[in-house]
Amino acid sequence: MKSTRKLFRTRGTAVISAVAALGLLSACGGGDTGGTGGGVKDGKTTITMGLFGVMGFKETGLLDEYMKQNPNVRIEAEIAGDEQTYYTALQNHLAAGSGLKDIQGIEIGRAKELVDKQADKFVDLSKVSGTDHFLPWKLSQVTGKDGKVIGLGTDIGPMAVCYRKDLFEQAGLPTDREQVAKLWDGDWAKFVAAGKDFKAGSKDGKVAFMDSASGLFNAMIYGNSEQFYDKGGKLIYKDSPVVKEAWNLASQAATTGLTAKLRQFQPGWDPGLANSTFATTVCPAWMLAHISEKAGPQNKGKWDVAKAPKGANWGGSFLGVMEKSPVKEEAKKLVAWLTAPEQQARLFEKLGNFPSSQKALEAPQVANAKSDYFSGAPIGQIFGAAAQEIPDEQVLGRKDGTIKDIFSQGLSLIESQNQSPEKAWKTTDERIEKAVG
Amino acid sequence: MATQTSTAAAGGQPAEEPAGPVRPARGRRQRRPDGRRSTLLHRLDVRGAPYAFIVPFFAVFAAFSFYPLIYTAWISLHRVELSSLDLMEWVAFDNYAALLQDERFWNALSNTITIGVLSTVPQLLMALGLAHLLNYRLRGSTFFRVAALTPYATSVGAAALVFTMLFERDFGMINWTLSLVGVDNVDWEGNKWAAQIAISTIVIWRWTGYNALLYLAAMQAIPRDRYEAAAIDGASRWQQFLKVTIPGIRPTIIFTIVLSTIGSTQLFGEPLIFGQGPNGITGGADNQYQTLGLLLYEEGWKNYQMGRAATVAWAMFLLLILVFALQRLLKRRSSRSS
Repeated sequence: MKSTRKLFRTRGTAVISAVAALGLLSACGGGDTGGTGGGVKDGKTTITMGLFGVMGFKETGLLDEYMKQNPNVRIEAEIAGDEQTYYTALQNHLAAGSGLKDIQGIEIGRAKELVDKQADKFVDLSKVSGTDHFLPWKLSQVTGKDGKVIGLGTDIGPMAVCYRKDLFEQAGLPTDREQVAKLWDGDWAKFVAAGKDFKAGSKDGKVAFMDSASGLFNAMIYGNSEQFYDKGGKLIYKDSPVVKEAWNLASQAATTGLTAKLRQFQPGWDPGLANSTFATTVCPAWMLAHISEKAGPQNKGKWDVAKAPKGANWGGSFLGVMEKSPVKEEAKKLVAWLTAPEQQARLFEKLGNFPSSQKALEAPQVANAKSDYFSGAPIGQIFGAAAQEIPDEQVLGRKDGTIKDIFSQGLSLIESQNQSPEKAWKTTDERIEKAVG
Repeated sequence: MATQTSTAAAGGQPAEEPAGPVRPARGRRQRRPDGRRSTLLHRLDVRGAPYAFIVPFFAVFAAFSFYPLIYTAWISLHRVELSSLDLMEWVAFDNYAALLQDERFWNALSNTITIGVLSTVPQLLMALGLAHLLNYRLRGSTFFRVAALTPYATSVGAAALVFTMLFERDFGMINWTLSLVGVDNVDWEGNKWAAQIAISTIVIWRWTGYNALLYLAAMQAIPRDRYEAAAIDGASRWQQFLKVTIPGIRPTIIFTIVLSTIGSTQLFGEPLIFGQGPNGITGGADNQYQTLGLLLYEEGWKNYQMGRAATVAWAMFLLLILVFALQRLLKRRSSRSS
C-alpha cells in the first residue's frame, strides 16, 4: 500500500493513469467493423480465404500461380487444420456478422445446414460462366430450393477398399485386385463373409480383417441416395432399411471380432497402419495419401486397392463467396478458376484429391493415373468408375455430420464396451434425438 | 471461479481504500489554509482518486464477467441455436427441468466428482510429501524447487497430448510397460475407470509441484523452536510431521483443497484432448469420462444448442456456489474448534 501511495503522489500522475486505464478499456471495445479483410487499395485487390484441412490450393502453389497471372490480385488464405474447429468458428462468424473471409470453404457434411439456414449470406454462383463441367450430383448438394448455388465443387470422395496383399495371402485369400473385388462384388454382406474367411484362415490371430465397424457402416450409408434424412428434410434413420442393414452388418462385424476396434483418424489408427494390425480399410480417394504417409515406406507395395461392393461417396468440399465481401466479382472469378477442370486435375496429380468435375475425370492425367505405393493400382480408373456409380441425387440433411459421429460412437459401444447391438442402438437413437432437438 | 474471487476482492477493497489516504491529507491542509479552490480539487482528488483507480477493474469485471453471467442466464431460459442467435424462443425453465431429468447430466456430475476425487486426493498427499522432502536441507534445493514447478508451466494441451500417446491401447508406452509385468492390454480410453485414472494422472502430474511449493512456503514459516521443543520431548520425525508441520500449514491445506475443488469442477481440456475427436467432446463413446465442462461443450459446440449449453453453465455455477458455501461452513466450524 505504501509504495503505491508513493508512486501516485502527484495529482497529475493519478489523472493520467486513470485516463490511460480507461483508454485501454475503450480500445478493447472498438476495432472490428465486420469487414472481410478483402478490398481494393491502390489498384490492388485483396481477396481473403478461409479454408480447412488439406484443400490443397495453397499447398500446391495454385494461389501463387493465380497471383502471377493476375498481378493486381493478392490472396490471403487462412487454413484451419481441423474441420470441426473451422466450422464452429464459421458458425460464430456468421452469427456475429464479423470475422468472415471473402471466400469460405464448405465441407459436405455442413452443406445442407448452410443451404437451409444461411444461404442469404452466400453469393449465388449459378450464373458464373464456365461452371457446367461438374458431376451431375455435385452442385445439387449446395443448391437451394430457389435454385441458388452457394458454392462450387472442389473434390469428391469416391470409395474403394484398400487391402494388404501380404496379409490376404497368408490367410489364403486371393491377392489380385480383380479377384479380390469379385470376392465381394455387389454386396457388402459378401465383404463381411470374406472377413470371416480371413479370420478362419489367418495365421496371425492379432491381425483383424478391418480397422473399424464404422468405416463399413459409413460406406454402406454413403452409397444411397437417401441417408439419414428424406427429401422433405424429415429424419428417417429409424425406419430406413438402408441404415438398419448397415447397422446390422457393422455390428455383426464388431461382435464376431473382425475389427481392430480402432477409430479412423484417432490415436491408435496411425500406428495400426504402420504396424499392420488390420488387413483392409474402406478408403475414399483422399485417404490414400494418409495411408501411404502413415503406413510408411516399409509397407510400400504391400497395399493394393480394389473396387468396393457398391459405389459410394465420402466427403468432398465446396468454395463459397460471402455476400458481405467487398470484392465479390473478383472472388467469384478466383473460385471459378480454382475449381476449373485443369486445376482439379492438377490437385489430383499432386495430392490425390479426386476431381468433382466430369471433364477433369476424363483428362488423361486423371483417368490413367496409377499409384506406386499401392502396387501400381489404376486408381484413376477404380475411383473414376466408383464416381460414376454414385447415385445422381444425394439427399443431405442438416445434422448429417453429427449423426454420423453418433453412429460411429454407437458402433464402438459394441466394439469396445461389449454392449449388445440392441442396447447400443437404443443409446444411439436417444443421442440423435438430443442432438437434433 | 473468476467471478467469485473478484466479488470477494471487491468486497474488501473499497472499505480499506478511502480510509488510508484521508489521514495524510488533513496534515497538508493545515499547512495551506487559503486557496479554497485548490482544497476542493484536492479533496476531490483524495476522495475520488481511489474510486477512479478501482473503476477499470469494475468496468472489466462488469463487461467480461457480470454481463456474460446475466446474459447466460437469459439465454438459458430460451431455445437458441448458434447459427441463429437472434431467434430466441422463450421456454422459461424447461431447459433446467430437462437437464435435471437428463441422464447425461447426472453421469457428467458423478464423473466430475469421481475424477475430482481421483485427482485431488493423491495430488495433495503427494504434494505434502514432496514439500516435506524439499524442506530438508538439500544440495541444489533451488533446482529441485524449479523442477517441481515445471509441469505447472506446461500447457494443458501439450501435457494431455503426450499422456494420450503414453496411454494408447495398442502401442502406448504404459501398456508396453504393464505387459512386462503380465498385465495385458488395458483399454485406457474405452474402460471407464481406466480412463478416469488416466485423466487424473494428467491433472496430478501438472498440479502436484505447484501445491508442493505452496506447502513448502507455509512450512518454512513454522518457527524452528517448535521442532526443537518437540525433539526435546522425544518426538520422532514422523510425529513431528504430524503434530507440528500439519497443524502449522493447516490454512494452506484448506486453501489448496478449495483451489483443487474448483479446478476439478471445471475440468475440461484434459478429457477433451484425451478423447480426441468426437470421443473427446462426448467424453468417450459411452460418456464414461464426460465431465460437466464437456457436457457444456457438447451441447453448445456439437449440438449448437446455446440455450441448453447456457443451462449447463448455470448449473455448474450454482454447484460452485454450493461448494463455496460448504467450504465456508467447514472453515467456520474448524476455526471454532481450534
